[in-house]
Amino acid sequence: MGAGFGEATPARRWRWGLLDLAVIAFALIPVLWIASLSFKTTATLTDGRLIPAEWTLENYQSIFDTSQFTRALVNSIGIALISTAIAVVLGMLAAYAVARLDFPGKRALIGVSLLIAMFPQVSLVSPLFDIERRLGLFDTWPGLILPYITFALPLAIYTQSAFFRQIPWDLEKAAKMDGATQAQAFRRVIAPLAAPGVVTTAILVFIFAWNDFLFAVTLTSTERSRTAPVALSFFTGDSQFEDPTGSISAAAVVITIPIIIFVLLFQRRIVSGLTSGAVKG
Amino acid sequence: MADIVLDKVSKKFPDGTIAASDVDLEVGDGEFVILVGPSGCGKSTTLNMIAGLEDISSGDLYIGGERMNDKAPKDRDIAMVFQSYALYPNMTVRENMSFPLRLAKLDKATVAQKVDEAARVLELEQLLDRKPANLSGGQRQRVAMGRAIVRSPKAYLMDEPLSNLDAKLRVQMRTQVSRLQKQLGTTTVYVTHDQTEAMTLGDRVVVMRQGRVQQVGPPQELYDSPANLFVAGFIGSPAMNFVHARLTDGQLSSVLGDVSLSGSLRRALAASDAPADLILGIRPEHFEDAGLVDEAHLGTGARFEGQADVVESMGSDKYVYLPLAAERASTAELDELAADAGATDLPASGAQLVTRLSAESPATEGAQVRVWFNPEKIHLFDPETGRNLTLAR
Repeated sequence: MGAGFGEATPARRWRWGLLDLAVIAFALIPVLWIASLSFKTTATLTDGRLIPAEWTLENYQSIFDTSQFTRALVNSIGIALISTAIAVVLGMLAAYAVARLDFPGKRALIGVSLLIAMFPQVSLVSPLFDIERRLGLFDTWPGLILPYITFALPLAIYTQSAFFRQIPWDLEKAAKMDGATQAQAFRRVIAPLAAPGVVTTAILVFIFAWNDFLFAVTLTSTERSRTAPVALSFFTGDSQFEDPTGSISAAAVVITIPIIIFVLLFQRRIVSGLTSGAVKG
Repeated sequence: MADIVLDKVSKKFPDGTIAASDVDLEVGDGEFVILVGPSGCGKSTTLNMIAGLEDISSGDLYIGGERMNDKAPKDRDIAMVFQSYALYPNMTVRENMSFPLRLAKLDKATVAQKVDEAARVLELEQLLDRKPANLSGGQRQRVAMGRAIVRSPKAYLMDEPLSNLDAKLRVQMRTQVSRLQKQLGTTTVYVTHDQTEAMTLGDRVVVMRQGRVQQVGPPQELYDSPANLFVAGFIGSPAMNFVHARLTDGQLSSVLGDVSLSGSLRRALAASDAPADLILGIRPEHFEDAGLVDEAHLGTGARFEGQADVVESMGSDKYVYLPLAAERASTAELDELAADAGATDLPASGAQLVTRLSAESPATEGAQVRVWFNPEKIHLFDPETGRNLTLAR
């Protein structure tokens, strides 16, 4: 901050402060609004106040009353974690190859993975629905994990290969000269240095899988594999005339929490400059 | 410990570039050999082939009598020091140095003992628990050396290990490397583009150009009897002066004046079937201010007079630059040397004569200076082949 932008005069500081505030407000007000709705009673839902006049935990109690939401949470966590683990590991191996090796078809591989990333997912939904019904994958965990891996892989390969490129190749040569096999060089020298990239990728992939609604709504039909965002859309009020806004808000707050925990846990590891001191004087 | 033998070793990259061709080299047990040459001459590729980091396209490599072409680097039992040091940033100094030992699955006590020993030799004891990021350039360099010596390999390979240090530290480390190598007595192959390192460190120096070995010999031999134009121009600083010359009846005429050649030089030229057009080479340090040479010698030598362009007084001696009324001598070798020295980036100026005179010389900028040189010290080269025709004298 400040460096290269001239002196931090009070006027400048005010201007930047206002701008920062505007950006933060833009991003956070909807979140605060949802949080506020989740604590309101049914009667005060539409009073338009940010701070609830009457605080209640009723909405939270109601969503955990039935197994519908808890089961969906378990599905969401399981499916997102498994997809993340597989996509990150496969992506790591592919990214290493892309960053370090020259092999026939390298450009084609990069091109195709870009293509997958750009492919409109909506157009794949009905074919996938048919395929999964025939293969018996419909409404199962693997039925969601597989498409998540497919669409997360390009992202995983791209971000991780950028990190691998930053690691000086000399380190790998040095490891080999020190008596390491290719696998040992990767495991003991390269992988620890690529950790920030792996963690960053894991967060991105996890958020992608966690947030997905399109695949989850079309490729599931029961509690067996329905994920939280979909379960949320199936909420109904106690009667046809009752608005489920309160419970939906509460559920929305609940499903935001794992992401926040995930990012907070790992942000310390996403520090750049971990490789400093490796080379040069 | 072991000897290293390269038998017609060549490297051809998939894109067709030939980085090394038919390199023949025998490094004796315990010998310190320097590979030197301008960038792109194939010295690093050759080193990497010995290391096993590059495949050998053709030819054979033997270390300790065993053919190593198809062995992985880890099975060759040689250690390497990289220009970038290549320290593992996630490990402490101790972990860096013990890495090769831990890979070799030595027991903990032996590892600790060997690391402590190497740390003592390199004065790294205080730094063992630091991470590379918290070390100075010189300390990192020592850690890189420590990682190499800790497992007592058959040979060391060093790839410009000092070129990232500042000038003062480089001189200190140079003597330390030299002392360490003598102390350990381990076969060492050292790559550098710095000719001071080449001249001071090695038992023998290998000069390379465009993937080919130009000459192998002790530093003094390379200086005294360069095999060709390239070696002559590469070894020595400031570089040897080169001018076109013409030979008629034992008289050599050039922009430096007419010189009558001595019997031994004439015989050497005759024996090597010399053409009439030659390139004359003479080192700056073989000139002297004519006023400082006593009468007896003055007559036997040749003299040249010019207006001093630039005078650099070094205290111990004076570098005097005299303009020459001729084009700079130009052959493929000399052009490559000029490019490597960056001379082609300078605005085009005519040829000049670089002389190194005694500090007592009264030469000043702009004044007429008369310099003297001994014709016995000149080298004559074939402009076509670059061969030194005066070696046989």
